[in-house]
Amino acid sequence: MGAIWEGLVEAVRLIGTGDGELYSIAGRSLLVSGSATALAMLVGVPAGYVLGRARFPARTLILAGVATGMGMPPVVAGLVIWLLFVRSGPFGGLELIYTKQAIIIVQFFIATPLVIAFTAASIQSLPTRLPDLLAVLGAGRLQTLWLLAREARLGLLAAVMAGFGAVVSEVGASMAVGGNLVGDTRVLTTAIVTETSRADTERAIAYGLVLLAIAFAIVTVLTVVQQRSPR
Amino acid sequence: MPVARWLFVLTATCLLAFVVACGNEEDDSGKIILATTTSTYDTGLLDEIVARFEDKTGITVKVIAVGTGAALRMAGEGNADAILVHAPEAEAPYVANGDLILGRLVMTNDFIVVGPFDDPAGAASAPDLFSALASIASDGSFVSRGDDSGTHKKELALWAAAGIDVDTLSREETGQGMGATLTIASERRAYTLTDRATYLALHEALDLAVLVEGDVGLINFYRAYVVNPIRHEGVAVEQAKAFIRFLLDPETQALIGRFRATELGQPLFTPADESEIGGS
Repeated sequence: MGAIWEGLVEAVRLIGTGDGELYSIAGRSLLVSGSATALAMLVGVPAGYVLGRARFPARTLILAGVATGMGMPPVVAGLVIWLLFVRSGPFGGLELIYTKQAIIIVQFFIATPLVIAFTAASIQSLPTRLPDLLAVLGAGRLQTLWLLAREARLGLLAAVMAGFGAVVSEVGASMAVGGNLVGDTRVLTTAIVTETSRADTERAIAYGLVLLAIAFAIVTVLTVVQQRSPR
Repeated sequence: MPVARWLFVLTATCLLAFVVACGNEEDDSGKIILATTTSTYDTGLLDEIVARFEDKTGITVKVIAVGTGAALRMAGEGNADAILVHAPEAEAPYVANGDLILGRLVMTNDFIVVGPFDDPAGAASAPDLFSALASIASDGSFVSRGDDSGTHKKELALWAAAGIDVDTLSREETGQGMGATLTIASERRAYTLTDRATYLALHEALDLAVLVEGDVGLINFYRAYVVNPIRHEGVAVEQAKAFIRFLLDPETQALIGRFRATELGQPLFTPADESEIGGS
């Protein structure tokens, strides 16, 4: 119990004194996971829209595939991306292994199935005739998409939260493809692993608290936005 | 309206961040990937050496801390430029087939057997290393790295040399690094084999005593190699050579010798230029 308390005290001190390493690692986590989530939205929202709206033969199969992707352990994604991007792999020439970009790529693949699934579910929950109705009311194609996205906004916000929450807290994939390099690819989760194996519990706890705080802050902001909006 | 706009702004901001993240590369002195053992890493030694090397040369070093086995495989597939490892028997085939060149002894320390302070198996009172292992085999439980690291290889070699079949032991494998394995051994009141450096760096957090030490079979040799650019395309050979030269530089060697020595009461590593065995 003593160790936990001391850890918490030291953690609060590190956070309060503006410890440079802590803040740069936290900033990097935000940057990397934020980018990955944004890219996942860019791809996942249209894909989820199509899956939620359209009816075609392979649709159920694809939805099952997406659901499987949601359950895929990040470390498996990490292994696959590592094998693809390591120097001897098919994309080795890009020299992306052990960079922030590599982490963004792997986190993109982790977040995208979540975004697709949440988007598809929220689009599907809209009344089936809504697009026809909008068309009758004189909305153009793009306008229709925009209005539907507005109607599905709660689901889309849930998609952001789920995607970001998954990647910011994921450790195995970031470790594998990022390499946990000091000042370059060390993010909060991999830093926690390092400090734990170095028996620096105080720092590990401090990083854990910051990680929780980031997740809490982002989800709070999104929830406030979600709840405030008039239905 | 506000929510959709919010989402839009959020996405746009993150994409901008992405562009920033990708734009901040890199100076043209080059970079190397150094695959290394966890022991040199968990002690913090490499952080310090690499920081100095980067300051001096502008070459970026990407330190990937894996076990010796994994580091050797990375070298064998050309996925690293240089490696720092400590399992001479496992290194030999990679040297023989030409994957590794320019091997140099960088430093030594020693392996030690640690266990509970009350030493239920009586390992500390055994007359020599092999009888200490035999007493642990009969009366103690043992926690192994089980991760194909240099320390794991050493442990298996010691059991074999002592004529003890590992399947007959009360022995568990963690599959994790030295720091994590020491913590598990401490919590389970078990014995384990560790390099002295990692033990010293962590011992305040552990309930483990040094029980067996000093046997000549327990010396731990850390060697650095360059990955052969003729066998593996894309190896940054000049930068890798520069790094190994830097490791052997008298100033770096002196740093290795005094690294955390005052803080922990004894040196963690013996630099190669001082070790009696000498360089290769």
